[in-house]
Amino acid sequence: MNNNNLKGWLYLLPAIVFLGFFMVYPLVDVFIYSFEEGYNFASQSYSGTGLFNYSFVLHDPYFMQALKNTILMVIITVPLSTGFALLISLALSSIKPLRNAFQTIYFLPYVTNTLAVGLVFMILFKKTPYSDGLANMLISLFGGTSVDFIEGPYWAKMFVFCFYIIWVVLPFKILILTSAIASVNPMYYKAARIDGAGSFTMFKKITLPMISPMIFYLIITGFIGAFKSYSDAVALFGTDLNAAGMNTIVGYVYDMLYGDSGGYPSYASAAAIILFAVVLTITVINLTVSRKRAVY
Amino acid sequence: MKVVLEHITKRFIDRNKKNKTELVAVSDMCLDIPDGKLIGLLGPSGCGKSTTLNIICGLEKPSSGKIFFGDDDVTDLPPENRGVGMVFQSYALYPHLTVRQNITFPLENLKGDKKLTKQEMNDRALGAAKLVQLDGYMERKPSELSGGQQQRVAIARALVKMPKVLLLDEPLSNLDARLRLQTREELRRIQKETGITTIFVTHDQEEAMSISDLIVVMKKAEVQQVGIPQDVYDDPKNLFVAQFLGTPPINVFAGEIREEKVYLGEDCILDAPGIEDKEVHVGIRPEGFIVDENGPLHCKIRVVEVMGRDTSIVSSHPVAETETIRSIIDSEDRPAATSGTVTFSLRKSKVLLFDMETEERIYPC
Ligand SMILES: Nc1ncnc2c1ncn2[C@@H]1O[C@H](COP(=O)(O)OP(=O)(O)OP(=O)(O)O)[C@@H](O)[C@H]1O
Ligand SMILES: [Mg+2]
Repeated sequence: MNNNNLKGWLYLLPAIVFLGFFMVYPLVDVFIYSFEEGYNFASQSYSGTGLFNYSFVLHDPYFMQALKNTILMVIITVPLSTGFALLISLALSSIKPLRNAFQTIYFLPYVTNTLAVGLVFMILFKKTPYSDGLANMLISLFGGTSVDFIEGPYWAKMFVFCFYIIWVVLPFKILILTSAIASVNPMYYKAARIDGAGSFTMFKKITLPMISPMIFYLIITGFIGAFKSYSDAVALFGTDLNAAGMNTIVGYVYDMLYGDSGGYPSYASAAAIILFAVVLTITVINLTVSRKRAVY
Repeated sequence: MKVVLEHITKRFIDRNKKNKTELVAVSDMCLDIPDGKLIGLLGPSGCGKSTTLNIICGLEKPSSGKIFFGDDDVTDLPPENRGVGMVFQSYALYPHLTVRQNITFPLENLKGDKKLTKQEMNDRALGAAKLVQLDGYMERKPSELSGGQQQRVAIARALVKMPKVLLLDEPLSNLDARLRLQTREELRRIQKETGITTIFVTHDQEEAMSISDLIVVMKKAEVQQVGIPQDVYDDPKNLFVAQFLGTPPINVFAGEIREEKVYLGEDCILDAPGIEDKEVHVGIRPEGFIVDENGPLHCKIRVVEVMGRDTSIVSSHPVAETETIRSIIDSEDRPAATSGTVTFSLRKSKVLLFDMETEERIYPC
């Protein structure tokens, strides 16, 4: 190792120590916990090592429900929110008057507290003795039968959950995509018009390839973020998510640590490691695909 | 295809100033561009050259006036339907597409009975690439090409659909001097081969003079003069055109007419029959000077530069409007001393007189 190299490492040292202490160490720790059976916080003791925690978690119906909820929600919300964001950004970029006003409106949910947004969704969807919620009023207006979105059938709850998630993540994606679209040099559109391209061709052959790195970025971070969602479920369905059947993996981990049935750090660790493995796999797949597909 | 501009005016809203004022980028432009010719559109920065091109291709709509391609009025036709080819100042090659894809792009947009098969497109693209000698680079991305090669891809892309009109906006400005010369010869060759009516924008007068059939000199949104390059050079309408054409530029003196003779200070250089006494700008082309002991014009030598065949004398004169004047003479006639005074006689045809106020030419008339 030459002198320069040493210097480089020296400069990196504070960052490495910081990251190591606050990120790598806890991760390793959780990994170790997940193999220690019956770990007890108070006595710091455990009864044995092995895969029992994983086996328990994977056989726990609450975990399987949380896993199903999470995966379903991720698969629905990531493509939909990215698609909607793209559509809205395109619309925003093609209008001149009032663009800033619209941009502000679309950005509002981003600066609004999750729980406050949850409250609004309650008003929209929750059935109370006094009202059926705005959504049900609309449904009955068109002659449908009212549905309880918060405490009713699974699909209704899933619908509200996904709707909510999309609503919450949309502003950030719109922000990123509008600026990506705005940064495409207008020269390309001029050249394309002279070459006889219509607006759809221009979108397909110029806009889309040029903003594709940003789209991939949004898909990857979207997957990661959606997999980690928890407070969104709480905002809609309350803290007893297992009872509501709307728990998420992170919610399950939290419950195992601090919930009413809590005090099981080993199970929580195993669940956390499973989540980590799932997210890592999907991210690796995403990155591989985007490397192949992204144009530059 | 003949292109005619009829009283084209383009106004922009000037956003820089608080109280929105109008900025006239092109003012009442009338231009007749004959079929199959190469026109050089020439003028200083900001005079409205690019705006004129944008109006011809349809990217900008004129505030008033009409444009004809042949006998068709295309004023309201959008650019995608005008069938022009354009090379932008910065090329505007699509960075994510290969050279082949860039060149086939205009072909893919053809509709109806003009639609081509993939094979035909590739053949046409290869043909266009051959024309600009880039057929070996079809699968590269623009970022993997040199500036000159990118330039030629842009030309191939503009040519591939065989446009009726080809517009070039300072296409050579990013190239180094050698490549510039080479590419401009190539452009000229391609234009001759294809016979496409071509409008070539540049602010380099030498470039315009060397390849154009006709040049159009613009200044501040207005056309100053249109003509064959040599004619415009020999016969400039006003001082601006005279100064804009020619390297080294024309030498300008604050002269005076007394009793039908032209005086530069005390030197009486020329007869000017029929012109009343007044102050004038006197322009003398660098090649209009002849070293002559008995000549009328006395200058102080600053530097003598020998440039092979020619010698350039940098000297000064009390009434010259620039600090130094530059004359180009045969090397044999070079004055013995490199300092002191030099006397010139003048070639009559290289001396031009301009009105002091209007700067219009008054002699020869
Ligand atoms: N979109 C626009 N909005 C407002 N003013 C404009 C616009 N486009 C051009 N102008 C103005 O019109 C004038 C002519 O511009 P133009 O681009 O035609 O100049 P040019 O002759 O091509 O100059 P250059 O040699 O520097 O390219 C300039 O003063 C410019 O500021
Ligand atoms: Mg320009």
